[in-house]
Amino acid sequence: MEMQQFYYDNKIVKKFLYASILFGVVGMLVGLILAILFLFPNLTDGISFLSFGRLRPLHTNAVIFAFVGNAIFAGVYYSMQRLLKTRMYSDLLSNINFWGWQLIIVAAAITLPLGYSTSKEYAELEWPIDIAIALIWVVFGLNMIMTIVKRRERHIYVAIWFYIATFVTVAVLHIFNSLELPVSALKSYSVYAGVQDALVQWWYGHNAVAFFLTTPFLGLMYYFVPKVANRPVYSYRLSIIHFWSLIFIYIWAGPHHLLYSALPDWAQNLGVVFSVMLIAPSWGGMINGLLTLRGVWDKVRTDAVLKFFVVGITGYGMATFEGPMLSLKNVNAIAHFTDWIIAHVHVGALAWNGFMTFGMIYWLIPRMTKTKLYSEKLANFHFWIGTLGIVLYSLPLYVAGFTQASMWKQFNPDGTLVYGNFLETVTQIMPMYWMRAIGGTLYFTGLIVLVFNVIKTVSAGSKVEDELAEAPALAIISAKRQKGEKWHSWLERRPIQFMLLSIVAILIGGIVQIIPTIVIKSNIPTIAAVKPYSPLELQGRDLYIREGCVGCHSQMIRPFRSEVERYGEYSKAGEYVYDHPFLWGSKRTGPDLHREGGKYNDNWHFNHMWDPQSTSPGSIMPGYKWLYDNKAMDHSLIEKKMEAMVTLGVPYTDEDIKNARSNMDAQAAGIEKSLYGDPDFVKSYEESKNNARVRGEEFVPMKDREIVALISYLQRLGKDIKVKETVQNK
Amino acid sequence: MLKFVKGHMDSISGIEIYPIISLSIFFIFFIVLLVWVFTYSKTKINELSEMPLKED
Repeated sequence: MEMQQFYYDNKIVKKFLYASILFGVVGMLVGLILAILFLFPNLTDGISFLSFGRLRPLHTNAVIFAFVGNAIFAGVYYSMQRLLKTRMYSDLLSNINFWGWQLIIVAAAITLPLGYSTSKEYAELEWPIDIAIALIWVVFGLNMIMTIVKRRERHIYVAIWFYIATFVTVAVLHIFNSLELPVSALKSYSVYAGVQDALVQWWYGHNAVAFFLTTPFLGLMYYFVPKVANRPVYSYRLSIIHFWSLIFIYIWAGPHHLLYSALPDWAQNLGVVFSVMLIAPSWGGMINGLLTLRGVWDKVRTDAVLKFFVVGITGYGMATFEGPMLSLKNVNAIAHFTDWIIAHVHVGALAWNGFMTFGMIYWLIPRMTKTKLYSEKLANFHFWIGTLGIVLYSLPLYVAGFTQASMWKQFNPDGTLVYGNFLETVTQIMPMYWMRAIGGTLYFTGLIVLVFNVIKTVSAGSKVEDELAEAPALAIISAKRQKGEKWHSWLERRPIQFMLLSIVAILIGGIVQIIPTIVIKSNIPTIAAVKPYSPLELQGRDLYIREGCVGCHSQMIRPFRSEVERYGEYSKAGEYVYDHPFLWGSKRTGPDLHREGGKYNDNWHFNHMWDPQSTSPGSIMPGYKWLYDNKAMDHSLIEKKMEAMVTLGVPYTDEDIKNARSNMDAQAAGIEKSLYGDPDFVKSYEESKNNARVRGEEFVPMKDREIVALISYLQRLGKDIKVKETVQNK
Repeated sequence: MLKFVKGHMDSISGIEIYPIISLSIFFIFFIVLLVWVFTYSKTKINELSEMPLKED
């Protein structure tokens, strides 16, 4: 057979690896800043773009899509060329994939701190960036599929199956979760409302974990672990079962993020059942990865790369054991909204994604620069300090989660809450937040050691060059099944058919859950008393979204005695029908706000948002001083926003829209008037008026500033049925 | 836990068929998977699992 010569594209792998390292440093540094903000909430006081609510999505997006995303591309581009014995289909597409992705990351790093956010977790980016993501993702997919088509190896190795599933599923998830109606260049509203938005979001959120953080890394595991251990995978048969059962079952499990919420019960239970089932394929994969090392465990003692892989895969096993446990309703009732979840995701992120990536980096960099790793000792040091970091990060948060949940639920014999003040449950776990920050620092230190080691290795090694390889051309055979060819061998060499089959496997679960929730009206019983937001409240809601309040405050009171006692009547599906997007939240660093309206007076909110510690000593909420700036809130889009809402089904009349501005003005004036009830406010307000006059500045009345719109929204929250409930109770 | 499922299910006409459908889907899915992997010959499977080790 005639051998064909060709070059593997190593340069693209190098670029993605460097980008992964760079954004790993950025993303984890932002994470560390956030951990420190728990301890010193006013560290970035008055700087809007460095406030917790805005940095939190930056951290998650940077780590998921920039650090892990670039690592995926690096690993996929490296392994796929070699498994298929060909160069990537198109250098142009590879480079568009690379530069496009980096551009998206930069766009995210600018827009998120500036407050341009859809507020949907891990999908915060606004619509133009969403479109860019879809385009670049298709470029990646096209490059991948075409590479498969022109391969020189008949069989498509199982790692590539995982890459294919990653490509198709992330595309489907991203497109359906990002359906939004633009109102301006950087503002849009989700087309779904309330319960439906929540279901679609967590179908996306859960499966982003599945198909962005898990399946591509499983593919990498199936390539790199055998490669580094120099052993074939433990069981190729198991890997086939692993693949199909994982993608088939994973997609159903999304609703476990919404247990005890207003989501219909049947959907919640479906989520629980599939989450429990998920342990089988997950552990099948973990066992397959670990047992690949059978007979070479002695190597783990000395080889830092294998050490990283072993802890990485073990972390995957722990997180995927914990996942099904957390999906049980009784466990979820404790863990949900607490730091337990933060610990859970960080075991996944730090151990599975982080350590697998580090292992890959330590293995690839010396190979591609044709040299030895600068210091094996430093790599081992990185491993140990990183492992210690993971333990010190997660253990305290488990304790914190459990402690806080128990405190939330504790009753006195007379039926009142023991810790009626939410703040008591926060100050109790402050030592845990300290330890978490220390754990994070250790992990981050390890990463810096990696950077040093990589720089030293690269500078000692030779320039990364494309690698010459040769393989015989693949004989062209009919697309039809050959004589004597088994049907699965046939399927496994037909990439398009294979892709279609995986799309079918992932669509079933999504369709069964989402379509009934959207089309069957009885799933969301309407409540006559629930009215659309007033224009000012709508504006306030957009501020709530901009500042990322949803990162720390839920708007979902679960039907527990402890929650009803603390917050008020539990949340009903029908209350959210005008919420585009939903703002249920997933973590309570502060209390739930769904029945916040009317709980405190306007002055309390005014003082609290300025300096939370003044009204709530010991609070770890930062102040939001820029909302008080002497400038008028931008209301220019209000009519457009209301029209967009009408398109989405919110019953504003033409008159409502026409009178929006006068309506806003009247409501704002009412709030300003009530603020005058506080003599301190009057004093400082008159003072600032005078100051403005002295400086010759134009003075913007309080009612036109952002804070008033936000107060109007907070005061509205949950009031629709609260009124009715009190009447009923009497 | 069943009480969450029951109430909703009672009201739908022709509901009896759904458990049967879902059982069949899952049963067939996993049977097909087993057939898939166990009709592979040992040598072929070994050959496939050696793929990452073959190059360079």
